Amino acid sequence: MRALAIGLVTALMAVPAAAQEKPVTLKAGPGLEQVQANCGACHSLDYIQTNSPFMTSATWDAEIGKMIKVFGAPISEADARAIGDYLKANYGADHVTENR
Amino acid sequence: MINRRTLLGTAGVGAGAALAGGSLALPHLLGGEAEAQPLSLSKALPQGTRDSATLEALPGKKPLIKLAYRPPNYESPVEYLRSGITPNDEFFVRYHLSDIPQVDAKTWKLSVGGECANGQATLDLDELKRLPAAEVTAVCQCSGNRRGLFHPHVPGVEWGYGAMGCAHWKGARLKDVLDKAGLKKEAVEIVYNGADGPALDKTPDFVKSIPVWKAIEETTLVAYEMNGQPLPHWNGFPARIVVPGWTGTYWMKHVVSIDAVTKPFEGFWMKSAYRIPVGKFPVVAQFTTQQTPANTPITECVVNSLITSHADGATVKAGSRASVGGLAWDGGYGIRVVEVSTDSGKTWAEATLGPDAGKYAFRTWTYQFVPQRGHTKVMARATNVIGQSQTATLIANPAGYHHNLIQSVTLVAA
Repeated sequence: MRALAIGLVTALMAVPAAAQEKPVTLKAGPGLEQVQANCGACHSLDYIQTNSPFMTSATWDAEIGKMIKVFGAPISEADARAIGDYLKANYGADHVTENR
Repeated sequence: MINRRTLLGTAGVGAGAALAGGSLALPHLLGGEAEAQPLSLSKALPQGTRDSATLEALPGKKPLIKLAYRPPNYESPVEYLRSGITPNDEFFVRYHLSDIPQVDAKTWKLSVGGECANGQATLDLDELKRLPAAEVTAVCQCSGNRRGLFHPHVPGVEWGYGAMGCAHWKGARLKDVLDKAGLKKEAVEIVYNGADGPALDKTPDFVKSIPVWKAIEETTLVAYEMNGQPLPHWNGFPARIVVPGWTGTYWMKHVVSIDAVTKPFEGFWMKSAYRIPVGKFPVVAQFTTQQTPANTPITECVVNSLITSHADGATVKAGSRASVGGLAWDGGYGIRVVEVSTDSGKTWAEATLGPDAGKYAFRTWTYQFVPQRGHTKVMARATNVIGQSQTATLIANPAGYHHNLIQSVTLVAA
């Protein structure tokens, strides 16, 4: 059993960083699929949770624009719109008052 | 185009999830979200950060505060920061890009050269270790440490207090490594890259540069040991650049190439990222070849301190002597004094400084007082050897760097 456990640990150590990633559950809503497919290709979706809910609609638009223009994310215009609408509605500052 | 290793990594998620579902689940290595441990985070952080951050262990690490899985960004809980040296398995983890290879020490190579070198050299790990060894105790602090405490909040990794640590580093001097290729007089910057890369080919790779004057300082290292051990994978195995006094962005992990250049390096992570407004912060070290009229690269850490003995809201005994303590550090001038106030900043008294481990290291400090029944706001303020002190009003800047606002914790005496 001990040998098996050590073997398992060794195997795990060889797996790349992403192996530690657990599923991140975002709020349900229109656009979530596009967020998962596009944003999730390059980074885990907890970045969205931690950066909320203080970003205004303009800040979310700027962030999506940066991902496309600066980081080269291949996101279609339709998907970018859906992602923007989703983030503003579910993780934006314009729809909630932050509890401080 | 998605890189091959990222796809392999995605396959790894499936494998890990399958294992976690079986009977061999290892706590801290695998497991579902239900196992995430509860956390008490600063109320000043964004609510979304407080709700989603979890305490989780990467392989080889103790549980750290997980802010993001991929790229991995994990900070040290404040209670890990009670001594002048941060153990390797408690040291924070910060990556910009998600394609992170497990570097094999046997096949790792460091390429040294560039247009401003006389030649080209390639060193393996044994060759690097045969160069004269140098050692330094130095703080590695993320430029954005405490970003999450900025109000109004700014986008980015929403760090609390723990995106920093202090270790005893051993390695070859960067100037000796550069000598293997021969540095020409015309060189203005030293550019270096690590083995980690982006998930997409179009994403700018994380490549950094420093001025030649900083690169050739005696304490600027290509380090292969951290606290007497090989570097942990998550902190740059097998070798990383160590730039004492300067923020962590310059401490390239898994370094694989070092090049001397004649013109300022144009990469995204120099030209657009890690910049501060000109003239807003009291920093001495200037990176003039990269400066524009509006902004300039972040350089040395600003003077700072942290109360680590007590959490905000901790209970102490009224009428009995209490000892508060913590850390102080700066950009490499050394800490002159740490003062503590127990009356909301009206009066300040000197704390007792701990052992001096060098001007780049954490300086521990303690202060004793007798709390009266009720709430006591304890504040700490560090001043360095050149007279710089922590700010009483936060200096706003777009990316949330250089947070050194005087910190306070409220103790409840009963």
